[in-house]
Amino acid sequence: MSKFAKKKKGLPAVNTAALPDIVFMLLFFFMVTTTMRETELVIKAPQLPNATEVKKLEHKSLVSTIYVGKAKDQVKFGSGDKIQLNDKIASVNDIASFIYAEQEKHNPEEIPYMTTSIKSDVKASVGTIYDIRMELRDINALKVSYSTRSGDIGLNTK
Amino acid sequence: MARRENSEINAGSMADIAFLLLIFFLVTTTMDVDSGISRKLSEKPPENYEPPIIKMKNILEINLNRNDEMLIEDEIKKIADVKQIAIDFLDNGGGIGKEVDGVAGTACAYCNGNKSEKSSDHPNKAIISVQSDRGTSYGMYITVQNQLLSAYTELRNRYAKNHLKGKYAGKSYDDLLLLSSNDKENKDLKAVIKEVKEAYPQIISDAEPTK
Repeated sequence: MSKFAKKKKGLPAVNTAALPDIVFMLLFFFMVTTTMRETELVIKAPQLPNATEVKKLEHKSLVSTIYVGKAKDQVKFGSGDKIQLNDKIASVNDIASFIYAEQEKHNPEEIPYMTTSIKSDVKASVGTIYDIRMELRDINALKVSYSTRSGDIGLNTK
Repeated sequence: MARRENSEINAGSMADIAFLLLIFFLVTTTMDVDSGISRKLSEKPPENYEPPIIKMKNILEINLNRNDEMLIEDEIKKIADVKQIAIDFLDNGGGIGKEVDGVAGTACAYCNGNKSEKSSDHPNKAIISVQSDRGTSYGMYITVQNQLLSAYTELRNRYAKNHLKGKYAGKSYDDLLLLSSNDKENKDLKAVIKEVKEAYPQIISDAEPTK
């Protein structure tokens, strides 16, 4: 009888040896998908307008971004709409060289597919956007995307 | 000397280290896809270029002033009206379309509009011109653009649903775009999308803003 008597045991501990593997798997996933924020904003983070007819921008590497909004440091830069290229506040005339520099990074056959994404604050004025558009037209960078969020358009004019 | 050979390294804290890294990447990761209203700018016209003469009835004129108020064809309108006005204008089909690839233009067979003499002749002749002020807010400008685009999308959806034949019959334009984003190399699909786009080509012009 005593041969079959069960010894009383507590619950066996869960084997956690595979835990690091699981965590590493997740870690690699996030390491691969992560993109570090490349540019630091010198302007106040633009509040993008809402729109319903949005298109996703594909091929992130072919997108160059122009930021428009009010400067964070208004004492230094003034209070009007400012244009940020890379990580500096620039004037409209610098856009051409900025786009050329972006185009340098790519093969010539990719250049027609390059898109300029304008991330502008809802409160910016159309005049500034028009100036940017004219610069882009002059250097034949014709694909433009006005960056928006998808949402209620009624909020744009408030 | 009692020396233990091959003592195992304690791997118990490995998970902690991995967690720490994991949390770091979780926090820094951004997965949002950039999206927006995409437009193709017109090319720079050559010097002493004379713009073609266009009949006034083929242009829908939208003016925005610096107080974000809107005139359409010289009448004050609200944002909510823009879409319907644009649809009525584009879909009017009151005349004969423009010549495409040497084939003379025909009347618009798929238009459901009023066929009014005073509005546009054909969707491929209908131009929407948006003139804003330099002081107009960007939000207002985008709102108007968005409403115009949604008018085009609605017309294209309708055309695709009613007039496509064969494999893609009954599909809307949105459905077709969705299919094509999953199947980029499909030539038939591209041709169909092109057909729908050409039925209602997007002709939105941005006039130079007033000062």
